[in-house]
Amino acid sequence: MTDRLADRLADRLRDGLSARFRAASPLGWAPAITLAAFLLPIVAGLAGTLLPAMGWLPALGANSFNLTAWRTLVQAPGFASAWQLTLSTGLLATLLSLLLALGVVAGLHQRPAARRLGEWMAPVLAMPHSALAIGFAFLILPSGWLARAVSPTLTGWALPPDVSTVGHPSGWPLVAALLLKEVPYLVLMTLGALNQINAGAQLAVARSLGYGPAQAWFLVVLPQVYRQIRLPVCAVLAFSLSVVDVALILGPGNPPTLAVLAVRWFADPDTRWVFPAAAAATLLLLTVMGCLLAWRGLEVLARQWLLQRTRQGVRNAHSAAAARLATALAAGLLGAAAASMLALALWSLALQWRWPAFLPSAWTWDNWLRQAGSLVQPAATTLALGAVSTLLALLLVLACLENEVQRRPSARAARGDPAAGRRHALWLLYVPLLLPQVAFLFGLQVLLVRIGADGHFWAVVWAHLVFVLPYLFLSLADPWRAFDARYTRTALSLGASRWRVFWRVKLPILLRPVLLSCAVAFAVSVGLYLPTLFAGAGRVATLTTEAVTLSSGADRRVIATWALLQAAFPLLVYALAAALPRWLYRHRQGLAH
Amino acid sequence: MAKMHPDLQLDGVQLSVGGRALFAPLQARVAGGQCLTVMGPSGCGKSSLLACIAGTLDPVFEAQGSVRVGGTVLDGLPPERRRVGILFQDDLLFPHLSVGDNLAFALPAAVRPAALRRQQIDAALAAAGLAGFASRDPATLSGGQRARVALMRTLLAEPLALLLDEPFSKLDTALRADFRRFVFEHARSRGLPVLLVSHDPADAAAAGGAVIELGDVAPASWTPV
Repeated sequence: MTDRLADRLADRLRDGLSARFRAASPLGWAPAITLAAFLLPIVAGLAGTLLPAMGWLPALGANSFNLTAWRTLVQAPGFASAWQLTLSTGLLATLLSLLLALGVVAGLHQRPAARRLGEWMAPVLAMPHSALAIGFAFLILPSGWLARAVSPTLTGWALPPDVSTVGHPSGWPLVAALLLKEVPYLVLMTLGALNQINAGAQLAVARSLGYGPAQAWFLVVLPQVYRQIRLPVCAVLAFSLSVVDVALILGPGNPPTLAVLAVRWFADPDTRWVFPAAAAATLLLLTVMGCLLAWRGLEVLARQWLLQRTRQGVRNAHSAAAARLATALAAGLLGAAAASMLALALWSLALQWRWPAFLPSAWTWDNWLRQAGSLVQPAATTLALGAVSTLLALLLVLACLENEVQRRPSARAARGDPAAGRRHALWLLYVPLLLPQVAFLFGLQVLLVRIGADGHFWAVVWAHLVFVLPYLFLSLADPWRAFDARYTRTALSLGASRWRVFWRVKLPILLRPVLLSCAVAFAVSVGLYLPTLFAGAGRVATLTTEAVTLSSGADRRVIATWALLQAAFPLLVYALAAALPRWLYRHRQGLAH
Repeated sequence: MAKMHPDLQLDGVQLSVGGRALFAPLQARVAGGQCLTVMGPSGCGKSSLLACIAGTLDPVFEAQGSVRVGGTVLDGLPPERRRVGILFQDDLLFPHLSVGDNLAFALPAAVRPAALRRQQIDAALAAAGLAGFASRDPATLSGGQRARVALMRTLLAEPLALLLDEPFSKLDTALRADFRRFVFEHARSRGLPVLLVSHDPADAAAAGGAVIELGDVAPASWTPV
C-alpha cells in the first residue's frame, strides 16, 4: 500500500518535472493559461464580493470588518419572501425539468423519433434566455397570444382579463420559462450519456423479464447514466437559483428573487447599498451551495428508493403512461418555445394588433426601419464580442486538447487511472456554471475599476470567456478525444509534420464538431446579460442588455425587434455551422453525417 | 418435478427488409423440454428471428406469420407480457446491481416477503454453484460464473419458453461444454421449450434436438415426429 503511494508520488514528481521541460513547447502552457483565464476572474471576483459583505471596501472608505451589511439585508422589507421565492422557483424548476427530461428519454429513446427530437431541441438551446423569456411573456400576458387564441369565442373576454401572469408573486412564469430551456438541455445531455452504455440490449433483457419500457429505463439505465448528467443537473440547479435576466423579465418585482435584489442594490446610485448587495450575493452563494448539498442527499435517497423497487421486483403498469405524459408536456414546452419566437416575429412586423385579434390587422416594416439606427451599434458589439470570445476560447481549448493528446502515453496514464485527472478538470470547468454569477461579477467589476479596465471591450471579452471557455471545452472535448489516433500516426509516417497533420488531417475530419462547438460558444456569449452589464460597467451595450432593459416597459413592437434579432444571431450561426460541413463534404459519405 | 410447459409454435414466420425476405416461411413446433436449433451464417436473420419471438424486433424488419406459446398468440404483445426468456452472447448482467439484486430484479413481485425472496435467490445461486455470491459485484465474477447467473436470472422470471441467442459463443471451449450442459439440464428439468440459434455444429449436437438451416431459399419446416 505504502509502496504504491510512493510510486504514485514519484510519478507525480516525474510528470511535473517533464511537464516543466516540455513546457518549452508552447502547448505545455495551454492548460495553465486556460485555467487562469476563467478561474482567476472568479477567484478575484469572489473575494471582491465576500469582503464588502463583511464590511470591507477601502475604495468606499470602509476599512473595518463588521456585520452591518447583513443586518441591513435581513431587515430589508421583503427579504424573507425574496429568499423563499428564490428557493421555491429554483428548486421547482430543477426538479420539474429533470423529471420531464428523464420521462422524455425513457419514453422515446428507442424510437427513431429520438434522433429527430435531438435535432429539434438543439435550436432551443441556441436561443438566448432573455429573448425566449420576452417571447414567452408575449404568449402568457393577459392580452398575450394564448388569451387571444381563445378569446372571445371560448372565454367571452371582451377585454383582456384582469389577472396577473408575468410577475405573478408565485413566480410560476419564471419556472415555466426556465423549463423551456432546461428540459431540452437535460434531454440532450442524457441522450449523449446513453451512447456510453449498451442501453438497447440491457433494456431488451429487462423487458423480457417483464418490465415495461419506461420502468425498465428508470431501473436499469438511469442508475448507470446519472453520473454523467450529475454535473449538468447541478449547473441547472445553480442557474435556476441565481438567474437574473429571466427573473427580471418574468419574475415578481416586489419582492424579486435574491439575485435580482442584489443586482438592484449594486446598481443603486447610493453606493452605501453596495454592502447589503454584497451580503445578498454572498447569501445566494451559500444558498446555492446548500442546495447542491441537499440535492446530493436527494440523489442518495432516490437511488435507495430505486434499488428498493428493484429488489421487490414490482412490475409497474403505469410507467409507460407517465413517460407519455412527460413526453406530451415536453412537446408542449417545445411548442411554447416556437410560439414565443413566432410571437416576437409577428409583433416586430405589426402595425396594428388590437385585442382580441389572433393576428395583426395591419403589417409594416416600419418597426425595423425605425429601430435600425439604434440596433446597428449594439448588434455589431454583440457580434464582435461573440466572435472574439469564441475564437480566443477555441484557440485555448484546441491547445489544451492537443497538449493532452501528445502527453497521453505518460507514466500516470499507464499506471494509474487515466480518467482521474480528467474528472478533476471536469469539476473545474463547471465552476463558473455552479456559482451564482452575481456572487463574483461585482467583485470582478471592482477589480476592473481598480486596473482602469471597466467598460472596456476587452474587459467584457474576458468576462464572456469565463463562460464561453467551459461550454466550448465541454462540447468539443468528447469528439476530439474520440478521434482515431491512427489517422495521425498514418499521416506522420507518411512524412507530414505535426503542424501539417493538425491542419490537413485532424481539423478537416473534426470540422463538424469544431463548428458546432463554436456555435454553442457563440450562443452562450450572445445570451450573456449580467457579465456584459458588470464588466461593461453599463457602457457596453449589446442586443441582450438593451432587450432586457426595454422589456420592462417599452412598446411591444420595439421590444420584439430587439429580442428577435438577439435570437436570430445564434440561430443563424448554428444553422451555418450545421450546413457548412454538410455542403463541404457532400461528396464524402464518411464525413457528411 | 418437471412442470408441464406449453409448446412454442412458429406458424409461417418470415422476416423481410424492404420487401426482401430473409428466409422462407418457418413452420415449427417445439414441445416442452425439447430444443430446436436454428443454424445459419451470420446475417441470415437468426438473431432477428429470436428478437421477433421476444418482441424486440427492430422496426426496419417486417414480420409475417404467427408465434404461439401454448394457446397464447404472442404477435403484437409487448416484450414484457410475453413471458419469453432470452439469453444473449453477452451475459448483460446489470453492472450497477449486485449479483443478488440482478436476480431479485427478475423474481416476480408476488414472491414475498423479503425473507422468502432472499431464500429463492440463494437457492438459485446454489443451483448455479455460486452459493454465497449474492452481494458480489458482477464485474468480479468469471465469464462462466456470469453466464450461469444470467441463466438463473432468466429462469427466475418464470418464462414459458427460452430463447438462446448464441450464448455459448463467447466462452472458451472448456467452459462452453460445461455451460451448455448446465443450460440444457435446467431447461429440461423445467420442461421449457428451447429455441437455440447458433453457427456452431457442436451446439446443435449438444442440444440434442432437431436442426433447421436458415438462409435456404427452399421452405424450411420441422415438426416433431
